[in-house]
Amino acid sequence: MSDHAGEHKAPNYMLIWLYLFILTVAEVGVAFLPIPKAIIVWSLLIMAFWKALLVAMYYMHMKWEPTRLRLVALAPLPAVAIMIIVIMMEYV
Amino acid sequence: MAHAAAATAGRAHERGLDVYTQKVGMWIFLCSEVMFFAGLIGSYIVLRFGASDAWGEPGEVLNVPVTAVNTFILICSSVTMVKAFAAAQEGDQKSIKIYTLATAALGALFLGVQGYEYTELILHSEWQGSHGFTPQAGLYGATFFTMTGFHGFHVFLGVVFLSWASIRAFRGHWGPNNYQGLEVLGLYWHFVDLVWIILFTIVYLI
Repeated sequence: MSDHAGEHKAPNYMLIWLYLFILTVAEVGVAFLPIPKAIIVWSLLIMAFWKALLVAMYYMHMKWEPTRLRLVALAPLPAVAIMIIVIMMEYV
Repeated sequence: MAHAAAATAGRAHERGLDVYTQKVGMWIFLCSEVMFFAGLIGSYIVLRFGASDAWGEPGEVLNVPVTAVNTFILICSSVTMVKAFAAAQEGDQKSIKIYTLATAALGALFLGVQGYEYTELILHSEWQGSHGFTPQAGLYGATFFTMTGFHGFHVFLGVVFLSWASIRAFRGHWGPNNYQGLEVLGLYWHFVDLVWIILFTIVYLI
């Protein structure tokens, strides 16, 4: 009840490591492609977000934490989103 | 005393967050860290869009291959960290020692490479006609050193705590009944890795 650790099968940490490695190589490759800058920026942001999500879900065990702890962890993100969106409105 | 007892009466049975207190504390601390780095990144966006001429193309002054390798080192340290935690849960004492020490060593290696990068930038690079890319080198230099510097400081603190965790590992401190400290330290360490994933992308590649 009080401790959820050990109730799930340990994830394949090495597989996640492989994903992170491949995504990092892909990011460096995309950054130097001769394609429009907007496409590069968006693909890089998507890949960075994907990597961050992999780390949070599998290495930080968010995937198996109780919903109430997930809510605590997610709490700052709406504030961050509002800040970034409002800043971008100035320039787009 | 009766007053104190009345103040806590009824709270002992509250459900809480269903996880141990250290973990809640670490997550709340990480929430504040999210806002800290969001402030830095937000300022970076304002400055960069406001003065895009002040920034170089990827690879123009920053050494992307070296930093890509450094990124890889930090990702590897996240794996060893999580392996140390898994070993503690299983009570595998030998693996706990190897993985905590490896994580501390990889973190120190990251700092070493960052030190090399800074030295090369400050002493041996050219930026906009002047010698040396320093924190005084316009907005680009100021934001670069502020963001990577604050991240590096977080890595440094992580290495200090990981060294402490390694010493405890060699004393047989961690095990199936005592892995919480290692898990909480792991949360901090993975967060530092996560921040680097974002910073590497927006500072070096975009």
